[in-house]
Amino acid sequence: MLSVADLSRRLAAGELSSVELTQDLLSRIDRLNPTLNAIVTVTADSALQQAAAADQRRADGNAGPLNGIPLLHKDIFCTRGVRTSCASKMLDNFVPPYDATVVKRLADAGMVSLGKTNMDEFAMGSSNETSFYGAAKNPWKSDSVPGGSSGGSAAAVAAELTPAATGTDTGGSIRQPAALCGVTGLKPTYGRVSRLGMIAFASSLDQGGPMAASAEDCALLLEAMAGFDDADSTSSDRPVAPYSTQLSQELKGVKIGLPQEYFGEGLDGGIEQVIRAALAELEKLGAELVDISLPHSHLAVPAYYVIAPAEASTNLSRFDGVRYGYRCADPEDLHDLYTRTREEGFGAEVKRRILVGTYALSAGYYDAYYRKAQQIRRMIQQDFLSAFEHVDVIMSPTTPHLAWPLGEKTDDPVAMYLEDIYTISVNLAGLPGLSVPAGFSRELPVGLQMIGPHFAEQRLLSIAHQYQQVTDWHTRRPSL
Amino acid sequence: MSVDQAEIANVAALARIRVGEEEASELTQRIGTILDLVDQMQAVDTTGVEPLANPLGATQRLRADKVTEIDQRQDFQAIAPATEGGLYLVPRVID
Repeated sequence: MLSVADLSRRLAAGELSSVELTQDLLSRIDRLNPTLNAIVTVTADSALQQAAAADQRRADGNAGPLNGIPLLHKDIFCTRGVRTSCASKMLDNFVPPYDATVVKRLADAGMVSLGKTNMDEFAMGSSNETSFYGAAKNPWKSDSVPGGSSGGSAAAVAAELTPAATGTDTGGSIRQPAALCGVTGLKPTYGRVSRLGMIAFASSLDQGGPMAASAEDCALLLEAMAGFDDADSTSSDRPVAPYSTQLSQELKGVKIGLPQEYFGEGLDGGIEQVIRAALAELEKLGAELVDISLPHSHLAVPAYYVIAPAEASTNLSRFDGVRYGYRCADPEDLHDLYTRTREEGFGAEVKRRILVGTYALSAGYYDAYYRKAQQIRRMIQQDFLSAFEHVDVIMSPTTPHLAWPLGEKTDDPVAMYLEDIYTISVNLAGLPGLSVPAGFSRELPVGLQMIGPHFAEQRLLSIAHQYQQVTDWHTRRPSL
Repeated sequence: MSVDQAEIANVAALARIRVGEEEASELTQRIGTILDLVDQMQAVDTTGVEPLANPLGATQRLRADKVTEIDQRQDFQAIAPATEGGLYLVPRVID
């Protein structure tokens, strides 16, 4: 298993150099990516330059824990001088003039960027199949989806093309692909990580986070990614905890809430078995399992499919063929320039969501849709806040199903939306959520979701780390 | 609440997205199924519930009113589809 923590130790001990490590990964990418399609841009030359610079810093005695460790960025994070497509025809030619804050912070920590990962177009999808470049494949089973929208990042970590990748999560887009590919992924509390330079989908829900092999690796990455950013007015100024050095809190006495609504009808029986076994493992470590109820759970997907499209319809109005990105050929007039650029530049799912959002915000429908959805959003958040008066953490399956065959749900948007049934509420409530590998069913990975109170990343990472000390599911990798 | 093709055409016009006649009926049908899902919200009583816009209840921070941005016009316009003399070019609007 490629692990950030392990590589960090080996680099520090001089057992390998960042250049050697980067070269090894670039050749593995050359060999495996043509089949997996997990990466849409490989930046080999600049990666080797960054690696050489990292080795030099180490020789000079200026190396932090992430110095010289390679990673991939989801192609939603702006990278100066490197195409940032959001896997859309609209931005197929877009080369940003600046770096996202997340990209900058990880580079400042000494990490080496290998390139950009595949994703659902504008992060709208749960299977990677809405990508303009075709879907990434699940490394465990190449005819199956890797999940989405950060499917390329999850597939790349699972296939050991990289020890770590960035992702973004608006309704489950870090946790769901992490579960389907058998890696660890954390969606932080809303506002914990800067959104500057992260192409906006739904601004009140979007949050960037790490995807890697273990909770310890995610802790190392989050330490570098998180923190106040003057250029993001929604970023939090709470101090960032030293996550990676506080992972040994005992599980004795920790109360784990199990929402009955997340274990009911619609959950795959194989997944339920794996999750129950993982919970029994945590019980052995001293945790206490408590049944709880989140009574408005069934309203999360309906409310989300008003709020997210409404915000998307506003955010995506900036793609108009005037300042950057795609422009249609030979526009007759300004109206034709706008409408045809957007017809030709956006894929089918993105158009559907823009139209649903525009409908929900249009005159006469605002109260019935947008306001109603925001009221339900508060009820859903209140469910969690009440539950956290009695429990320390909430656990559930990350997904209702295992990775499914490519093409199976592409004709049914609503069936696809329901794949995020256990993750969406967490975004609506703005809470941190983490998915850890908990076992296999029918030879495919299963993810266990851990949800904490606002800004309880430390607690989630520590619990996940304790679990990973006594299990080895997170170390399993497909043979490729 | 079902939606008809004329409503979708109106919404598409508001969103500045051209919808070809051949896609209009399929699009209407699919958006209809999404709105059916969304309409499950109508079954719950939300009287008196304060809408939640920001999950942390945060309000916009204010900053001092001073210039902090540097001029990056050349960088920004280098990636534009068409510019001239520092301006973005679009088809003629006024004859």
